[in-house]
Amino acid sequence: MNATNRLLSLSPIDLIIIGVYFAVVLSIGFYLKRYTKTGEDFFLAGRDMTAWIAGLSFLAANLGSLELMGWAGSAYQYGILATHWYWIGAIPAMLFLGVIMMPFYYISKTHSVPGYLKLRYNEPTRALSAICFGFMTVLMSGINMFAMALVLKVMLGWDISVSIWVSSLTVALYVTLGGLLSAIFNEVLQCVLIWAGALLIPILGLIEAGGWNGMVNKIAERLHNPTYTHLWSTLGSFTDNPMGIHWTGIVFGLAWVISFGYWTTDFLVVQRVLAARDLRSARMAPIIASVFKMAVPIIVILPGLLALAVLPMKLVPQSQAGPGMHSYNEVLPLMLARYCGPGLLGLGVTALIAGFMSGMAGNVSAFATVWTYDIYRPMIRKQAPDAHYVSVGRWCTILGVLVSIGTAYLVMQFASIMDYVQALFSFFIAPLFGTVILGMMWKRTTPAGGFWGLLSGTLMALSLYLWVKFDPSALRIVALSPHAKTLAEDMYRALWSWLTCAIVTVVVSLMTKPKPLAELDGLVYGVTKLPAEDALPMWKRPVFWAAIVAVVFVIVNIIFW
Amino acid sequence: MVSIWFFIGMILLVYGIVICAAGVYQLYSPPAATLTLSNLHAGIWWGAILFLIGLFYTIHFRPSKTK
Repeated sequence: MNATNRLLSLSPIDLIIIGVYFAVVLSIGFYLKRYTKTGEDFFLAGRDMTAWIAGLSFLAANLGSLELMGWAGSAYQYGILATHWYWIGAIPAMLFLGVIMMPFYYISKTHSVPGYLKLRYNEPTRALSAICFGFMTVLMSGINMFAMALVLKVMLGWDISVSIWVSSLTVALYVTLGGLLSAIFNEVLQCVLIWAGALLIPILGLIEAGGWNGMVNKIAERLHNPTYTHLWSTLGSFTDNPMGIHWTGIVFGLAWVISFGYWTTDFLVVQRVLAARDLRSARMAPIIASVFKMAVPIIVILPGLLALAVLPMKLVPQSQAGPGMHSYNEVLPLMLARYCGPGLLGLGVTALIAGFMSGMAGNVSAFATVWTYDIYRPMIRKQAPDAHYVSVGRWCTILGVLVSIGTAYLVMQFASIMDYVQALFSFFIAPLFGTVILGMMWKRTTPAGGFWGLLSGTLMALSLYLWVKFDPSALRIVALSPHAKTLAEDMYRALWSWLTCAIVTVVVSLMTKPKPLAELDGLVYGVTKLPAEDALPMWKRPVFWAAIVAVVFVIVNIIFW
Repeated sequence: MVSIWFFIGMILLVYGIVICAAGVYQLYSPPAATLTLSNLHAGIWWGAILFLIGLFYTIHFRPSKTK
């Protein structure tokens, strides 16, 4: 690709900054290898992380291409409505995980979420969950790789295949060497670099647009549409907002099912919290992460909105982007090219690469753990020395990366990265949440109920997806409106999938024999004696900080109503 | 084990120096293509901020102290 076909050229200073980043992440991997000897070290970072490190890692594992590229593009496409995925679509679930659910995950000493399902239900439920999770994880990892390679191609003219192989092999190397410990250390570093590289865009963008009010007025003038900057007031009808969604889809589909499913049962993020050094740290980690999560729209959504206000060109969907045109997913690179010169440009590119690598590393390390502990050990080799499982974990890391590379090439066939990811969530995450929450909160739930609920919920999501795929008119039934866009369809599909799981779980449970209460100790609410926090001062209690975050969350939603 | 905050401090320190120096260089030798808001010289003050944060974390979490 010649210089005229790319957004910008890197100077030697930019290349130094990117080179330093790669050197540091690899050095961390080599340095931490000496601390990664046992399975507990490799798969759970020795369970010795502080609340801050676990919390930032918890957040960074989610800051992949999904966050940086996809949601900036979604903000350009749908306006401020995309913020719902950061606020009501994340904060309540993260607080719920920290306050309510974390004690059961932590006290049970499980290595993974499928491992919890084994303890609470039975082996088939674990197997179904582990296989679904492994499948989803490598797909997500492939999405991350593709998104990064696309950015590097658009921005710098780098070949997609070279970008995919270089970045993925770097991640494979440092995760293989240091396991989860290396992944977590690098995720915290990547989290800081993402903020350092991305925060300048909204600052300079707001200066150019004339502040928040200037930006809002410019968007309304250019689009002849005032709905792009309202969070809730346009959700009364499917046709009143750019996303084509109703508030019921946001509240019940996104906030309840997808958000709680992702943040409380997706092992990619939960694994980071399981690595905390004690129960209080494990409970505080998601609460600390929620504070930063609430601020992420500043570096992701705001640049998308600013692009609507200041960019001279009109961006189009990926499938319509011809020569000389730019797609929604190129919002961040375009804004970077607008404001950043040598040095800052290198930092911005490093922030994007860091985001993609943290997402990849999160997927790969979680995949290695689930494959080793929930598929290989129970199904292939039950009794083996600890060192054998560490070795399997290392090989799984490499295998996971190679499968992800294959997936990256598959993802290129899909028009929109985000829509694809949301579809995946509703297949696996929504029913999994139904199974976990019922098992954790209702002692009457039986092993048979858990298994059939999970299976039926997953099949329902898949069936609804295929139904609309082959008969688009079915959208009016699945998403309650023929005007619903893809994201809205995903929300409702997740809701039906979760409801199917919950109903089948309850009905089958009432017809089958529950486990004895003694077997549910440490796993189920009402049967487990939770450690008291009365001795802690108020300001050290997770509940206190969760309440403060909840109040701020309500206030910001009202401000941007 | 060396604290992760030390690694973060070090990388921010290096980045701060490089970016600030690049910003100063562009002040006296502006690039041919003018960026939007280039008059604000963002590289200089953003680099300085990164340098100060990096310096604090490098000193506060240096290995001899964390041991």
